[in-house]
Amino acid sequence: MVKKILSIAFCVLVLLFIYSPILLLVVYSFTDATVIGQWTGFSFKLYADLFRDSEIMEILFNTIWLALVAAALSTILGTAGAIGIFYSKKKFAAPVKGVSQIPVINAEIVTAISLALLFSMVALYRTYFSLIVGHMVLCTPFVVLSVLPKLKQMDPNVYEAALDLGASPSKALFKVVIPQIFSGILAGFMLSITLSLDDYIITAFTKPRTFDTISTYVYNAVKNGTNSSTPALRALSALIFVVMIAAVLVFNLRARKSKEERK
Amino acid sequence: MANLKKDEKIIEIVNVTKIFDDTAAVDDVSLYVRKGEFITFLGPSGCGKTTTLRMIAGFDLPTSGKVLLNGKDITNLPPNKRPVNTVFQRYALFPHYNIYDNVAFGLKLKKIPVTYVNDKGETYTKMQRLTRKEIDEKVKNALAVVDLEGFEKRSVSTLSGGQQQRVAIARAIVNEPEILLLDEPLGALDLKMRKEMQIELKEMHKKLGITFIYVTHDQEEALTMSDTIVVMKDGKIQQIGTPTSIYNEPANAFVADFIGDSNIFNGTMVGERLVRFCNHNFPCLDDFEKNEKVDVVVRPEDIGMTTPENGMLRGKVISVVFKGVHYEITVKVGKTEVVVQSTESRETGETIGLIIQPDGIHIMKKEFTVNRYDGYITKKNTVAFGDGEFECDVTSLYPNSVLDEEGYLITADGEKLDLTDTEVNVEVEFKDIEISDNADEGGAQGHIVSIIYKGDHYQVIVRTEENEEDFVLDTEDLWNENDYVGVKIAPDKIRMTLKQETKQK
Repeated sequence: MVKKILSIAFCVLVLLFIYSPILLLVVYSFTDATVIGQWTGFSFKLYADLFRDSEIMEILFNTIWLALVAAALSTILGTAGAIGIFYSKKKFAAPVKGVSQIPVINAEIVTAISLALLFSMVALYRTYFSLIVGHMVLCTPFVVLSVLPKLKQMDPNVYEAALDLGASPSKALFKVVIPQIFSGILAGFMLSITLSLDDYIITAFTKPRTFDTISTYVYNAVKNGTNSSTPALRALSALIFVVMIAAVLVFNLRARKSKEERK
Repeated sequence: MANLKKDEKIIEIVNVTKIFDDTAAVDDVSLYVRKGEFITFLGPSGCGKTTTLRMIAGFDLPTSGKVLLNGKDITNLPPNKRPVNTVFQRYALFPHYNIYDNVAFGLKLKKIPVTYVNDKGETYTKMQRLTRKEIDEKVKNALAVVDLEGFEKRSVSTLSGGQQQRVAIARAIVNEPEILLLDEPLGALDLKMRKEMQIELKEMHKKLGITFIYVTHDQEEALTMSDTIVVMKDGKIQQIGTPTSIYNEPANAFVADFIGDSNIFNGTMVGERLVRFCNHNFPCLDDFEKNEKVDVVVRPEDIGMTTPENGMLRGKVISVVFKGVHYEITVKVGKTEVVVQSTESRETGETIGLIIQPDGIHIMKKEFTVNRYDGYITKKNTVAFGDGEFECDVTSLYPNSVLDEEGYLITADGEKLDLTDTEVNVEVEFKDIEISDNADEGGAQGHIVSIIYKGDHYQVIVRTEENEEDFVLDTEDLWNENDYVGVKIAPDKIRMTLKQETKQK
């Protein structure tokens, strides 16, 4: 009995350790002090400020747009890459797969600097093009990683069966292969969005000078210490956290539901 | 086969070779398929039967050679352009569609020529898709053929293996192909289901009247269903014929062994229509040159049992197994085991006589290309065969396996095996056997019984004393007959395969 209580207590402690900073942030988003850690009474002022601050709103939309475009392009590229790797001869597929995964293990700062170097050489440095390509470099390997296992699970004869029944290779791909790996593609897309949303390093090295995402904006805003010039960011961070929690909950509940349905 | 008319050929394969990673899966194969027949490619796994089928379907392209359909070259035609449909071993149904959409898949893609008359009275043809109603009708009929009426709305995952296989068949035949290819379609079903489906497939073949090309490793299935059987091994055709001719007149020892149960003896022709095996001369119907080494096949049901005095052979019963319709009786004659099938039983240990009539003896030319032995693995992980014991590489029996320190074999799946007494088939090339004057040096010992000069080398036969096992070898050195020699074989030159596996497949 004591053992059980201890083990539960330990779990609670660990969770507290992980989540207390975030909970603190949520709590302090309901006060309008400019200095973090000061409590000047409960208020919704920060939230009101947040939605009234056109700069923050613009940056928020920038971030979301960038994430959607980069994730969509990475998903297309990564899915095509995974399918290509899967159907190539082993001699060719193994090295290509290895090389495509290097950005995953490579330090992000190295990727960022090399991208900056490359784009400055072709006179595209700090353009929207370099920004989107930068984010695609970040996301594409993860799409490949989430699609490849789905392809491996698929019955290899299914594609052939579609051809056999008269489908052209592209029809077979879209009608038979893509639907079966769709969960992997979706997972890759979601992963890309989260990667792109909170990326700072690559964004900082490739973004146009006048363009900011939440990450770069927050970083610049708090660079000079805890005296945040825009306390509304606390409200924004709290909102992002709540939205993410909601998304995870919905996702898990749906997965459980479909699992039960299958039974 | 010569009496068949040429225009009946629907598929013709001409000198087709398919090479995967330097090994020939199909090696210079030529055959043809007649319109409307049920033809089966039969052979153990890895014999090239599936590859041949895949080349007809268009999934694999031949490395060389041609595939003709109705006389037209279709070698490089993609699979979606061929009037051929395939039923896959693991069904390959589309899991994201329901049964209706699975079956209708091909129909929805199909375009058929429709003739119209325009205002000026001219006729013209347009390629058109089938209407919804036509598709509905065809799907319904196809599902009726496979006994799955009313399953349209079900999802694939709610169906049993047998039902899924029926859907796969419906999905193929709904397109009205000229040829239906079936790649071990019953391999994943249980025995009872398989028997039922065999009969149903055969009936379907009669009803539809289209050509069936069937691939299986199950000889019984092939014998039951086919009009013609093509027996394959190592990418080569061993024999083409009707089930009866393949069973009664196997072309070689491999076919005899693969099709049905059989006793295969090493024999020698000792006179006109007289063959010697098991130390007895038997009159037979096949004529071969005198002194020629031959393989003798006797089917177990062609051996009669009698009293020891009246028998041509005499032996002791070592096992009796009841098989339902008959008893399978194993009789030890000298050093050889003879299997007899009879409705009468005998007691174990009893001495009986055996009679073989001339028409029960089938004689085949011996293929002297490689030495074949029955062997077993010893405690020391060596292999015993041909009255000797040789060092060998037991890990070659299981792909990617290793030996641990205690001599157990660890398979690729991590399973720990004790190989002691495992029965294996052993093959050794002629050129890989060495002989030495120092008899004790070798794994087996024997006398040289024959030396034949073959132009640039000698073919030597060494015979052991105990069981008269022969080692045939090629050497450039000249030896003398009756020399007592030791037989040496390098461990990596001993090719071994598991016995049970070859029986299963």
